[in-house]
Amino acid sequence: MATVATVRYQRGRGSELMLLGISALITVTARGLVDYHADVLVISSMVWFTVGVVAVMLALNLALRRWARDADPVIVPAVAALTGIGLAMIRRIDFAWAARGEPTHFGQTQTMWALIGAGLCVAIIFALRDYRVLRRFTYTAGVLGLVALILPLMPVIGREINGARIWIGLFGRSLQPAEFAKIAFVIFFAGYLQTNRDTLALAGPKILGIRFPRARDMGPLIVVWLTAVAVQIFERDLGTSLLLFGIFVGMLYVATRRTSWVVLGVGLFLIGAVFAGTVFSHVRVRYVAWLHALDPDVYESGQSQQLVRGLFGMASGGLFGTGLGEGRPDLVPYAYSDFIIASLGEELGLTGLLAILMLYVIIVHRAMRTAIGVRDGFGKLLAAGLGFSIALQTFIVVGGVMRVIPLTGLATPFLAAGGSAMIANWIIVALLLRISDQSRRAQAVLA
Amino acid sequence: MNEPVRRLSVVVLVMFLALMVAASWIQVVQAGSLNADGRNVRTLYREFGNFRGPFVVDGERIVYSAPIDDPFNYQRTYTDGELYAAATGYYSIVFGRTALEQTENSLLAGSSDALFWNRLRDLFGGKEQRGASIELTLRAELQRVAAEELGNQKGAVVALDPRTGEILAMVTSPTFDPASLASHDSSEVNDAYAELDADPEEPLVNRAIAGDTYPPGSTFKLIVASAALQAGYTPDSTVYAPDEFPLPGSSATIENYGGESCGPTPQISLERALTISCNTAFADLGVTLGWDVIRSEAEAFGWTDTFRVPLVVTPSRLPIDPDDAQVAMSSIGQFDVRATPMQMAMVAAAIANNGRLMSPYLVDTARASDLTIIQRSEPTLYGAPMTSAEANQLTQMMVSVVENGTGQAAQIRGVTVAGKTGTAETGNGTAPHAWFVGFAPADNPVVAVAVIVENGGSLGSEATGGRIAAPIAKSVMQKALELEADS
Repeated sequence: MATVATVRYQRGRGSELMLLGISALITVTARGLVDYHADVLVISSMVWFTVGVVAVMLALNLALRRWARDADPVIVPAVAALTGIGLAMIRRIDFAWAARGEPTHFGQTQTMWALIGAGLCVAIIFALRDYRVLRRFTYTAGVLGLVALILPLMPVIGREINGARIWIGLFGRSLQPAEFAKIAFVIFFAGYLQTNRDTLALAGPKILGIRFPRARDMGPLIVVWLTAVAVQIFERDLGTSLLLFGIFVGMLYVATRRTSWVVLGVGLFLIGAVFAGTVFSHVRVRYVAWLHALDPDVYESGQSQQLVRGLFGMASGGLFGTGLGEGRPDLVPYAYSDFIIASLGEELGLTGLLAILMLYVIIVHRAMRTAIGVRDGFGKLLAAGLGFSIALQTFIVVGGVMRVIPLTGLATPFLAAGGSAMIANWIIVALLLRISDQSRRAQAVLA
Repeated sequence: MNEPVRRLSVVVLVMFLALMVAASWIQVVQAGSLNADGRNVRTLYREFGNFRGPFVVDGERIVYSAPIDDPFNYQRTYTDGELYAAATGYYSIVFGRTALEQTENSLLAGSSDALFWNRLRDLFGGKEQRGASIELTLRAELQRVAAEELGNQKGAVVALDPRTGEILAMVTSPTFDPASLASHDSSEVNDAYAELDADPEEPLVNRAIAGDTYPPGSTFKLIVASAALQAGYTPDSTVYAPDEFPLPGSSATIENYGGESCGPTPQISLERALTISCNTAFADLGVTLGWDVIRSEAEAFGWTDTFRVPLVVTPSRLPIDPDDAQVAMSSIGQFDVRATPMQMAMVAAAIANNGRLMSPYLVDTARASDLTIIQRSEPTLYGAPMTSAEANQLTQMMVSVVENGTGQAAQIRGVTVAGKTGTAETGNGTAPHAWFVGFAPADNPVVAVAVIVENGGSLGSEATGGRIAAPIAKSVMQKALELEADS
């Protein structure tokens, strides 16, 4: 007797819609508070904004229902909430600068980038029906990543801003190709490691109770390390250098399960860090500012002023914050981008800051769950790598602001003003959604 | 590959936990010290946004916050900046607060616990938080006379009410205008500060309480005389006053001013010795009494103490373990003896108040914006360095100084004035510091003063305490007597 068993399972698109509603509420309320405290609250514009936010959230939900109905239902709401909070804070800092007579317009551009990012996310979900296709482009991705890294060094298009040569000028806008290189490299690492993981996992000599890989297999690690060192030297971009190398070591560990790779990676990284600290003054300055931020001499010399002003801002926020629009985050340089987390800490307090950090934890956690759920090695590496890239990037920039590690310049994912990072991180979201969609559908079929 | 992914998740969790701990550390544990950091302009901005209470002297606002249309909302305004700078200090967006602007900050800003109910009322009444006004003990006219008399000479004047310890005048010269540092244009403030800071005359230093302490010279003989009276001497006791006092263990000698004799014979009375400020007599007296006696007497008057008025007064210094030659030098206020003008005014005030030294203070009353009194200073006893009888004897000797001796320039018609001059050698060829300390009227004192003019002021090396400092003290005491008569 043949029976067809119909299995009911939760796709989660309904839950997602509800969560998106909360994200929309946060986005709209935050903007309302900002406008209210800047005395520019206009009901009609708030209504239009609300309509717009709800429309975007609905569009995202509908797109997923149509083209990725089994995708993880928590990622998009969490990302949307972060984006909304970031938009409100950037707009708030525009107002602060306008009040000081030097108007800025980061809020409008950022809104545009967020829309482009979300749009691109939908487009990728529509166009890319199977992430495994990406594996075919393993080496293409690797080359593209390298090219993207090198672009800022090229004459004519390369731009140096604030001492870091990580920008290119294109159509009158500046672009940070490293943000896209990050994605390309994750794809490349995933494909490469999936192919070579067995070799890389082969056992070599045993030192201090840890089995190390064979010397002849060290090549890839050395190459990536050298690339990271080169980024530090030629582009003076400590953040990207640390991010790329960290992602590779993380993925290498996932692929081989060998702690020894992590030990080697961290060792190489420390060698690079110490070397850079002794040889390059711009790196040494960062170390000094990190360790002796409050020291009067260091502060007076200007090396730690931004960092310390950020600390002052967060301290003034205390447990519950000054309230959106009530503090003075504009007293910190780059309060809308690199230091947006300090601005949020000031106005939303420790409570708000912990909530924001929890949103990141949720996003990364969902990415890791996706990695565990998906069945093929490439998918696991890709999902874990993308999730880890968001975690590491957040840690590097937020840790820098909070003096956990030396300060380096990187965009806080989804929050900070900056088009490249916004678009790149939404692309990551699209990829994560696609992987989770396929993995959850497969599970559903099996169930 | 699931196991390493799980482990990677744990690593990520640890990373974020580190961030959360760091955030808690900054925003909760470290917040207090970060908020109090002088470099934190944020705290200033918040304060500037509120109405900061004024300083009041004789019922007039001398410092107040005027509404202004800029991000700070209020401009700190100093009506007579230079005259009161030493007391009020400045309130700057770049350099923070000093002097009373700093010590009274919580009341001025309205954040003091004493203003809790007022704050609550303002909150519910929808009114902005307003700081308390601070009424000072200074008297405007006394302050003005002291500043005018000092003119452009370097030095300081302190006048106390010996009965209460109220600081009636505190003038230091040269001074500065806090308005130049209270501008909201930070580059302007930086320039003004750099100029003041680089000025070799040190206008930012309050010489009355916190400058380099000065050798008190002959004014320190009051301490030695007080110690002698306590040891059983009377004004009529005979002391040994040779023309030259050989310093034990060296070929150097102590001479009297201008190399003069203190009398036809080396035997003169203690009163006479003080009247003509006989160096050799006090050098010998000091060695005879012994350093321990003099030291404990000086300490009873406040030497070596750090205290607040509420500005911090630099402790006046005494030599440690001096040998006999050094005791002889110290007994005439040289060697390592140092004093602030405030300390010397306290000596005069203690003698004037029957040996009872009242703690000096600058802040009389703090009033909330609705004029209710929040705090009012009560006179407190600092100590009792002398008995009433000893104080009367010393007063009698000091009257003699002004009537017959070195302090005649301090005489006021119709009033008995008590005083002591000092001409302190400064070494290395610079002109001496000129001192005068005293009080009036001698029988019922209402004012005690200390005046110092650095390096002889306008008279240079010709200066003595009697010539240059006594006339200034006289004018200040005279004005104080007028004010007392009017009230």
